[in-house]
Amino acid sequence: MALRKVLGTETEYGVIIRGQPDFNPALASALVINSYPGDRVRVQWSYEEESPGRDARGFGHEGFGVADPESALVNAVLGNGARLYVDHAHPEYSSPECWDPLEGALYDKVGELVMARAANRAQATLPEGRRLRLYKNNSDGKGNSYGAHENYLLSRETPFGQVIRFLTTFLVTRQVFTGAGKVGSENGRPPVPYQITQRADFFEEVVGLETTLKRPIVNTRDEPHGDPGKYRRLHVIIGDANLSEVQTFLKLGVTALFLSAMEDGALPDPIELADPVKACWQVSHDLELRQPLDLAEGGTATALDIQGRYLEWLAKYAERELDEPVWDRVIDEWEKTLELLETDPSRLADTLDWVAKRRLLEAYVARDGLAWDDPKLRQLDLQYHDVDPASGLYHRLVARGRMRRLFTDQEIARAELQPPEKTRAYFRGRCVSQFREALVAANWDSLVFDIGEPHLKRIPMMEPLRGDRARVGPLLDRVADAAELIEALGG
Amino acid sequence: MAEQERARRKTREGREGAEEIEETTVAEADTEAVDELLDEIDAVLEENAEEFVRNYVQKGGQ
Repeated sequence: MALRKVLGTETEYGVIIRGQPDFNPALASALVINSYPGDRVRVQWSYEEESPGRDARGFGHEGFGVADPESALVNAVLGNGARLYVDHAHPEYSSPECWDPLEGALYDKVGELVMARAANRAQATLPEGRRLRLYKNNSDGKGNSYGAHENYLLSRETPFGQVIRFLTTFLVTRQVFTGAGKVGSENGRPPVPYQITQRADFFEEVVGLETTLKRPIVNTRDEPHGDPGKYRRLHVIIGDANLSEVQTFLKLGVTALFLSAMEDGALPDPIELADPVKACWQVSHDLELRQPLDLAEGGTATALDIQGRYLEWLAKYAERELDEPVWDRVIDEWEKTLELLETDPSRLADTLDWVAKRRLLEAYVARDGLAWDDPKLRQLDLQYHDVDPASGLYHRLVARGRMRRLFTDQEIARAELQPPEKTRAYFRGRCVSQFREALVAANWDSLVFDIGEPHLKRIPMMEPLRGDRARVGPLLDRVADAAELIEALGG
Repeated sequence: MAEQERARRKTREGREGAEEIEETTVAEADTEAVDELLDEIDAVLEENAEEFVRNYVQKGGQ
């Protein structure tokens, strides 16, 4: 049985201060992060290599060396186990490690709330006439892109060559239901009025390590953030940031299912494209969803044909191997989506960002007689992604009941405060809420405490599924402070 | 795949007849709702679309 697909998302938000043409994006991002009013601790973020823990529950501790002191200025860990920081010139929210795609979609959505609250408070510090805006999208429309990455836990035993052979075609063809929609094209790709994804134009290689230039369809970054002898973390960089809750669920769910089936040997031979990089933008540029893609073995298939085959295989796999209801939900949603994409994509306007946005733009084109290169359409495109509920167009659609949702506002607000319960994010989040004074540094796989002794104390967390509520909840309820916690964990 | 595809198409055809009439009424109501939505959006858009779009430049992303 494949390793559980623990998963999470990391999203760089677009940032601008309107009314201040010379604004500095790195400073604006830092202002956002430091303005977040919620439950959080500013910490140093340690990048150094970890060593395995000694405690039977998966924890250990030891003296701690040097972290990057500068990083504490723009680095916070939240009470829900997420990380909020400045990456390059963008504010970024990395969700906590989640148990399943439904939880993953919830904590991804929490990121928008976190950003909106932070931006709102940052706004109050700005002179009149300046307006700080954040966008959950992936392109400025001028050839600059920023990422919305997904992470999935894989077994170290899975050969990476196998990942590449199976995954490339899957990632290229899933764009039909992962896209957030974009006016125009970029990066030297053929001109189009509108396309399915924000990101496709930027992918130039099939496989590689880069994330900021010559972006590869399959990213080879090998940074497991866990026991390197047991785990890989698959870093998927080709997806769009989605506002639609259903769409994020679908993206994470189908991908996790695909990876499980791949690791279990439940997929027949991989379907390989003759030219994946070309197919990447071809799929995104084809609003009719009829583009034939050349296959390596000869012949052609459309993205929908290929996804239909994956659906057939994975539905059987899920029925045979997986008994949690969430996977039935993934399969049902996927099947319905593929069917409507084939028959009448406009009926997915309440489900997929690219369809919702397209419909909105078409309504403007019809009402105002706009040409597709009118700046107003680019303005609407951008503003669809504005995280401010008052001005974001996605939010306007939600307010009018035009988008399907998976979560209530209350559930999202609760997940801003509480970590997932079945992963190590639980331990991290609880420690932020409970021991904020003592917590001085963090990484995905460790926490470092200052308990007033000569050496700092580090607690490694090399197992993504330990540190969950069942294992550490009672202990955390019992201890009065960080010193007691360290002692209880063995000294 | 072909067989599954045929089965899917068949159910779809069955459904479509019944849905057609309903969809016409829904479409009319929707046109009004969309008009209202567009009016609402007009109110939150900044006036100078060209400047709004031109100023948005994001370097240094992943």
